Amino acid sequence: MNRFGFLKRSRKNRGALTVLLAMVAVFSLLATSCGNDDDDAPAAPEATAAPEATEEPAAPEPTEAPEPAPDPRGDALGDGSLGVVTVPEGESIQIRSLNAISGPVAFLGLPNQRGVELAIADYGDIQGFSVDLGTPLDDLCSAEGGQAAAQTIVADEQVIGVVGTSCSGAAVAASPLVTQAGMVMISPSNTSPALTSDFEGNAGESYNVGYYRTAHNDLVQGAAMANFVYSELGISAAAAMHDGDPYTQGLAQAFSNAYEEIGGTTTGIVGINKGDTDMVPALTELATGSPGALFFPIFPPEGDHVAAQAPTVSGLEGTQLLAADGMLVDGFLELADSEGMYFSGPDLRFGTNVNQGTGRNADQILDAYQAAYGELPSAAFWGHSYDATTLLLDAIAAASWVEDGDLHIDRAGVRQYLNAVSGYNGVTGSLSCDEFGDCASQKITVIFHQSAANIEASKNNVVYAYP
Amino acid sequence: MQLTTKQRTRVDWFLTFLRIAALALIGAGLLAFIAQAIDANNPFARWANPDALSLTGKQFRDLVVAGLAQGAMYGLIALGYSMVYGVLGFINFAHGEVFMIGAVTGAVTSSKLAEAGAWESNFVLCLLLVVFLSMVVCTVTAVIMERVAYRPLRGKPRLIPLITSIGVSFFLQNFILVLLGPGTKSYAKMPDWLTEKRTFLEIQGTRILVLAVAAVAMVGLWYLVERTKTGKAMRAVAEDAEIASLMGIDVNRIIVKTFAVGGAMAGVAGILWGLLFNSVLHTAGFLPGIKAFSAAVVGGIGNIGGSMAGGLTIGVAESLGPLMILEPLGVSGPSQLRDAVAFAVLIIVLLVRPSGIFGERLPSEERT
Amino acid sequence: MTVTGDFPTTQGTSADAASRRRLLDQDWQKLVRAGGILALGQVFIALSGMPVNFDRRLLIDPILSLGYLSLIWLPLVVSYWVGREQVLEGMTAYARGGRDVLAGAIAGALGNAGLTLLVVGITHFDIRDPLVNWSPQLLAILHFEESVWLGAVIWPVIGAATGALGGGMHCASTRITRTAVIAGLTVFGAAVLESVITDLSQGFHIEAVSDWLYGPKRGLTYPAAIVVAVAAIAVMAGIWAYRDSAMRAGLVGSRQSPAAPGESDRSRTVWRRFISRRLLGYALVIAAVVVLPLFLGRLTNELLANVGLFILLALGLNIIVGLAGILDLGYVAFFAVGGYSVAVLTSPGSPRFSPEMPWFGALFIAMLLAGLVGLFIGAPVIRMRGDYLAVVTLGFGEIIRILLLSDWLSGTFNGAQGITNIPGVEVFGLATVRGFEPRSVLYLVLFFCAIAIYVSWRLENSRIGRAWMAVREDETVAEVMGVDTVSAKLMAFVTGAVLGSFSGAILSAKVGSVFPHSFAIIVSIVILVVVIFGGMGNIPGVIAGAVVLIGVLGGPNQPGLLQEFAEYKILIYGALLVWMMLQRSEGLIPSVRRAQELHIDEMNQDAWLRAQAEADDATGGGGGNSSVGEQP
Repeated sequence: MNRFGFLKRSRKNRGALTVLLAMVAVFSLLATSCGNDDDDAPAAPEATAAPEATEEPAAPEPTEAPEPAPDPRGDALGDGSLGVVTVPEGESIQIRSLNAISGPVAFLGLPNQRGVELAIADYGDIQGFSVDLGTPLDDLCSAEGGQAAAQTIVADEQVIGVVGTSCSGAAVAASPLVTQAGMVMISPSNTSPALTSDFEGNAGESYNVGYYRTAHNDLVQGAAMANFVYSELGISAAAAMHDGDPYTQGLAQAFSNAYEEIGGTTTGIVGINKGDTDMVPALTELATGSPGALFFPIFPPEGDHVAAQAPTVSGLEGTQLLAADGMLVDGFLELADSEGMYFSGPDLRFGTNVNQGTGRNADQILDAYQAAYGELPSAAFWGHSYDATTLLLDAIAAASWVEDGDLHIDRAGVRQYLNAVSGYNGVTGSLSCDEFGDCASQKITVIFHQSAANIEASKNNVVYAYP
Repeated sequence: MQLTTKQRTRVDWFLTFLRIAALALIGAGLLAFIAQAIDANNPFARWANPDALSLTGKQFRDLVVAGLAQGAMYGLIALGYSMVYGVLGFINFAHGEVFMIGAVTGAVTSSKLAEAGAWESNFVLCLLLVVFLSMVVCTVTAVIMERVAYRPLRGKPRLIPLITSIGVSFFLQNFILVLLGPGTKSYAKMPDWLTEKRTFLEIQGTRILVLAVAAVAMVGLWYLVERTKTGKAMRAVAEDAEIASLMGIDVNRIIVKTFAVGGAMAGVAGILWGLLFNSVLHTAGFLPGIKAFSAAVVGGIGNIGGSMAGGLTIGVAESLGPLMILEPLGVSGPSQLRDAVAFAVLIIVLLVRPSGIFGERLPSEERT
Repeated sequence: MTVTGDFPTTQGTSADAASRRRLLDQDWQKLVRAGGILALGQVFIALSGMPVNFDRRLLIDPILSLGYLSLIWLPLVVSYWVGREQVLEGMTAYARGGRDVLAGAIAGALGNAGLTLLVVGITHFDIRDPLVNWSPQLLAILHFEESVWLGAVIWPVIGAATGALGGGMHCASTRITRTAVIAGLTVFGAAVLESVITDLSQGFHIEAVSDWLYGPKRGLTYPAAIVVAVAAIAVMAGIWAYRDSAMRAGLVGSRQSPAAPGESDRSRTVWRRFISRRLLGYALVIAAVVVLPLFLGRLTNELLANVGLFILLALGLNIIVGLAGILDLGYVAFFAVGGYSVAVLTSPGSPRFSPEMPWFGALFIAMLLAGLVGLFIGAPVIRMRGDYLAVVTLGFGEIIRILLLSDWLSGTFNGAQGITNIPGVEVFGLATVRGFEPRSVLYLVLFFCAIAIYVSWRLENSRIGRAWMAVREDETVAEVMGVDTVSAKLMAFVTGAVLGSFSGAILSAKVGSVFPHSFAIIVSIVILVVVIFGGMGNIPGVIAGAVVLIGVLGGPNQPGLLQEFAEYKILIYGALLVWMMLQRSEGLIPSVRRAQELHIDEMNQDAWLRAQAEADDATGGGGGNSSVGEQP
């Protein structure tokens, strides 16, 4: 190849390229500015009133009476401020499930999704219209995954609400998208205080109007464990451990804060890494503070290693071990290392609680679960998911009316219903939504694990209930 | 550092600065730690990190033993890296996964044996069987890997087999994931006489076993490489494959044997891992693999004794380093940084002594 | 076919009856081995759970789901591979025929017998304990929810049929097989691209097209698949016809003016026409890229924005790995530096230090920081050998992630809780780019991709670019020739780092939050796969690699078009990396120079053969050995 020709060519093209580049830049700037205007234009024919996706949604106004609507509207809730979705005759009401259904967190997300499926099957039609869940979506337990899935959801403007996400990290990215599109999001297993509030009237930094959850708030579980350790066990110095996951880190921190508040001393919070096996260094670090109790709200297999190695570390021989619901799995309870431990978690004594939307109790739902999926749930939040779904469906029922054979659903009405939920009977207990979307019964129990030989007895051996 | 004796560039000054800074930090941390151990209230200790709590003698010993046991496993894995490196001159990234496959094989067979009731009644025999099976599976994996992925690349630029081995590593990891699922694979329960603390220095029986097995494996390997005909051939191939083949050595066979021996060592390490930690995941091979490679480099790659010494160094460093160096310097939650410590050891060793602690050859002489 | 002249060519002898082989004259050993490999592969695919997990995704509405496709493709490939024969230079190739079809069928049947064993095994034994997918669901897929007998018998039959097809590909002419393969791939692509095509047709208000193409349960409808295949075949036929006519014209032309000066003249005009056509092509592509997002819906724009982020990353890594030949396995560190610096500087929620800067200001600082980190990581490692360097950079990448996650620095980076509430990008008061509007993000990404492409392209052809390539080819020689290798390598690190930080900066504005786990090792590996798959050192290749891999399979945290692949993504990436290295280490779209380096042996061999042939010509075929001494 001719080297000089080569050079010449590149010099000649430089000008052309600069021009092209400038054009690209101008185009993209223009397009970006136009993009905002066009964004919702194609949507107009779809819904009777296009939801103003970019606008700040109206603040919840639960006290406002339904406006004097034309006759067919009846007493359906809502003022139309977020748009009205019309479901043509013969089609289905669209809701979505957004849970971590693949990868290492699938054990948490699959029962959530199945809870939604069972609830829809049990609930039946709303005003003669069936409910469609569409393709189950995966939040991948990450912010990016949550955002991508949320884009899929909001692209379909027929969707009223979402049950999910499984992981708080995914909710941080998904909830602004979903809620700003006028939809609601009810999570069965997010527990981060940042998503709702600190219970003192301060919204969490990732709170969005239109977000609700039926799972407890970490602050409650942290406080429950702190009170249990300090008052019930009478231990005044404790340590906590997390594995770098936002959930476990948040819970360990919440425990520590609550514990210090009631007068205990946190001797240390130590983080380990997912995949670690040798816990001796981390445990030794904690042992230097001589804690009387060690709270490690992490998951297997790291939790197995902690329980097995803690008693061998000098300085932790007599330390009381406590874990959270993440370790409450049969595989761990069957190990001798787990004997004598306490576990905190949401109150799972569902007993005879009946979901008021479907009239089913926990045993019936579990039977249906086993019949449909051939196994028992692998995590505790199936009931929360079931309740979240019936809450959503009840809200849709309350905010919809039939006109000319089509079903109309007022998005604002759905939120209005959820904001006003109080004393709703679910399988997980009595649900009441506060002004920041915390709807769970917030009941935390602590169980004592006596013997690895009889784990069913341990699961029901509640020694402390909070509040 | 450089073969050509050029004048020192800015980069060299920067590197010198890095070396001094790293060593100074380590020194300061150690000094602060010692100062705290002597008297927590002396001015130096208070200046470094007033909140740091010193270790008791027992805790210190436990940390060392835990580090040694972990390090022995790194050493066993590092042998595989080191041997392959010596013979073929490239890092077999996937060697960590061979180790993981060994540990998984052990978990599956031991739980099956326990189901059949043989595990408790006949523990030693079962353990031997498990070790044997794991060695066989690992050897086969390593040999297949060599045949399928590496042999066709012989003679290609050095980066090509390296990239291939990264691919093999992630393939094997996910191969186990999709076949066996994401859950933890647990070993059957160990008998109490093994897990309880022995009177001898109050060290856990499994840790003693790990150290003993590692020592035996080391000696066996040393014998193989230094005293047998195969070993002689291996050393010849490592020195110069072309000339070795002219001398009538079947280079391909020697390479296969090298992979096989490395695989077998990884299999043993896998079982030791299972004995020590009772469970294994599909991801269990990657990080230990990288650390074992660091161990091989730290010890001087291509050097068998060096690999074991490097493994012990890395193991003890990541066990003691956070509490002995980082915490006295005021780093909170230092245990979380232990992986970072292991990598830092690698980086510092390569900065200060690029040929490793026991390395003879300067690696830059065959730089590509 | 570099040697011409008296040697018999393949075409020339294909009709020769003597070279025909009998039907049963098979290489049985090879067949059994191929069958065994295929059986293992098929059993692995079945037990990996792909058939079960992919069964929901229909490709062609009633007949083919992705699940069944996962069980069919391998016999096709293996049986084709069985029939492949290396025809050495100067040797006669055998005529292809029924023998190849039979060989493929036998291999396919043998291989799928593995599935038969699986069917029988699942019905009789339960080893679901270690093998999670040893399940009744798999059995149902394997025997089509009919009887076990059907399942046991039908798979070898399917294997024989697909195998015959695969082996038969050798019998047909290259054009026919190529057309068939492309038609198949087009149908597959049309099925995979369902959401994009639906989106596009909505954008252009031609929903009728997508409604007709795709059935209600996703997947192409039966007639649509046929039409798509026919269309692909028609296009291919057109291309062949055009090429034929062009070639004929070229031949005629050369016969008319054999004189040397005329030839160079013509070649220049041809060259010029080529350039202008190429420029036209570029202009078209740019126009399409700028205009098309306006017509695309939310989903496609989101997907393309993710692809764009990886294009940026891949272009950056391409400078380090592809141009300078430094295998950096910790490239994610620069991604993290970009993401976290923008997060800390712009978010009101960043814990210690929150200046709430505008995005572009933060980007500037992120670039500086990334450059500094590039220098800091680069300086200690550039003197190391390639493989030490790989592990040490991997270590640096992990150290940065661990520090971001640590409680120690959580006062600044908020540890595991990540930094949230990152505002969008204010484009000089004209518009706001936020994750809510993927289209705006896509334009932002495209803008930076354009910058990255321009920078890479200019650098590649500049002094420093030649220095990189010299370092890549042989560092010692480069140094002797006066290239300052140290600063060249550092420059590569810094440039790559800055490009990577762009991507991180956009990511944090797009997602609105950053978490340490978004910056794991696997991100580095995926970017590396993208670069290698596309073609190291080649900008169009890298872009194509990102579009194909990230678009279809998805990134480490990003879903692609085939969301079902989520659990198999890394498996496939690993396998792809190995396969690329073994078969085509220069990548999908190779850079010419890189390919030459990688195939230096073959080139030398070719050169030697050519020299040999020339020597033969010169001496009348006698002095073949004389040229041995001249070979390079």
